[in-house]
Amino acid sequence: MKLGIYPGCSLTGSAREYFESVEALAKFFGIELQQISDWNCCGATAAHNLNKKLSLALPARILAAAERDNLHELVVPCAACYSRLSVTQHELRHNISLRNEIQEIIEAKYNASGTILNVIQMINLYFLENLEKKIVKPLKNKVACYYGCLLVRPEKVLHFDRVENPQSMEKILTLLGATPINWAMKTECCGAGLSVSKTDVVAKLSAKILEDAVSRGAEAIIVACPMCHANLDMRRPEIEKAMGKSCKIPVLYLTQAIGLAVGIDEKTLGLHRHFIPVDLPKN
Amino acid sequence: MSSSAHHIEIDDSLAGKILANCGISVERCYQCGKCSAGCPLAETEMDFPPSVVLRMLQTRIPQMDDKILRSKSIWICLTCEMCIARCPMEVDIPVIMDFLRQESFQNEKTNPEMKNVIAFHKSFLEIVKSTGRLHEVGLIKNYKLKTFNLLQDVMLAPKMFSKGKLHLLPEKIKDLSVLQRIFKKTLDKK
Ligand code: SF4
Ligand code: SF4
Repeated sequence: MKLGIYPGCSLTGSAREYFESVEALAKFFGIELQQISDWNCCGATAAHNLNKKLSLALPARILAAAERDNLHELVVPCAACYSRLSVTQHELRHNISLRNEIQEIIEAKYNASGTILNVIQMINLYFLENLEKKIVKPLKNKVACYYGCLLVRPEKVLHFDRVENPQSMEKILTLLGATPINWAMKTECCGAGLSVSKTDVVAKLSAKILEDAVSRGAEAIIVACPMCHANLDMRRPEIEKAMGKSCKIPVLYLTQAIGLAVGIDEKTLGLHRHFIPVDLPKN
Repeated sequence: MSSSAHHIEIDDSLAGKILANCGISVERCYQCGKCSAGCPLAETEMDFPPSVVLRMLQTRIPQMDDKILRSKSIWICLTCEMCIARCPMEVDIPVIMDFLRQESFQNEKTNPEMKNVIAFHKSFLEIVKSTGRLHEVGLIKNYKLKTFNLLQDVMLAPKMFSKGKLHLLPEKIKDLSVLQRIFKKTLDKK
């Protein structure tokens, strides 16, 4: 079985361990991942804040290349890239004149065909069936599944999970042996792309998220977005300052949590790349 | 009928332009305030919460439009999409915010207090234009030159590097020329 994959820029840099754990899991479950040829950056927050056509053209060039490569099913692990690619596909599927204009801009044919999957959808479709019998080290911890914004919103484009109280990560974590907590902040924003230009805002928003998770007994936060991970993990000193206390709860990618439970070693999953050490209490 | 008909016209006001360009009628907003209640930044960072921006747009008064384009709110907005998720009238505020930012940027009305946020977006796109992908070291260098925040994030970089999270050299895509033409036809179009 072969799937297309768009890693996006953060998965080759600051979120390398996310890519490493996605690749390790795919290998473990016998799925081949083929990168889109000569892919470019999706434009992220910057493009849609400054220029709408650029914000459609950059993802459209990526999606057109995927069509040329015959990659009809495309996994996009970064929640931010997943959002930009999905919004572009949605808009250009429904607005033909805009699609024609964008095709001229990118100098390529784009049919707005194909399926875009986020990492949870990939897991549900291709790993879940065999997951339970492969678990060798159940994760016996209380966890907070944190979705952030871009996996569930905007609902009319993504149609993914319940917008206020999604459950798809909880289902997977329960299968792994963990106990997902009920909490209030699972779809609140961490501050996203303001990490560098407004670090104080990110610290305040992320502090509220960690505060709620910890106060309800969570021992780890589970994420599926490199921006959420970067803010909650690498911005911890600023977050601790905003909280006025020390806070050492580790933040794991969903794929790392699954990898641990099926017995993939920590190094392959890139756990050593986190700023906050992943020491899960042995329960 | 005629008394309210002028409210849904396409005119020169921002509301008119939003209708023409985004297909969104700001008149749908009935000021319930759910967007502002859920917005993570309305209380602490915004000069005008999203529901107030909507009310100002509805007035179609040029002075109000000018205030919106010069506001902090439009640039601090994170596109977290909470407002549209909760709006009973499905007023697509994130799409409106994108449009307002572009108007503000093109008309050089950006709020001076938001200059770092805008400098970051610009730095980001300059790196993408020159290599096709984001290169984090290049981005931070570029951003520092624009903002003179020379010390910011120097503490983060060595640790990121030691964790294997930073490339020193950018990765360039092969077909850079088409990418540069994409920029010429969009962001850099005069
Ligand atoms: S939630 Fe919708 S209807 Fe209510 S104030 Fe905000 S934009 Fe207006
Ligand atoms: S998208 Fe912007 S205006 Fe809407 S809730 Fe998020 S930050 Fe507030």
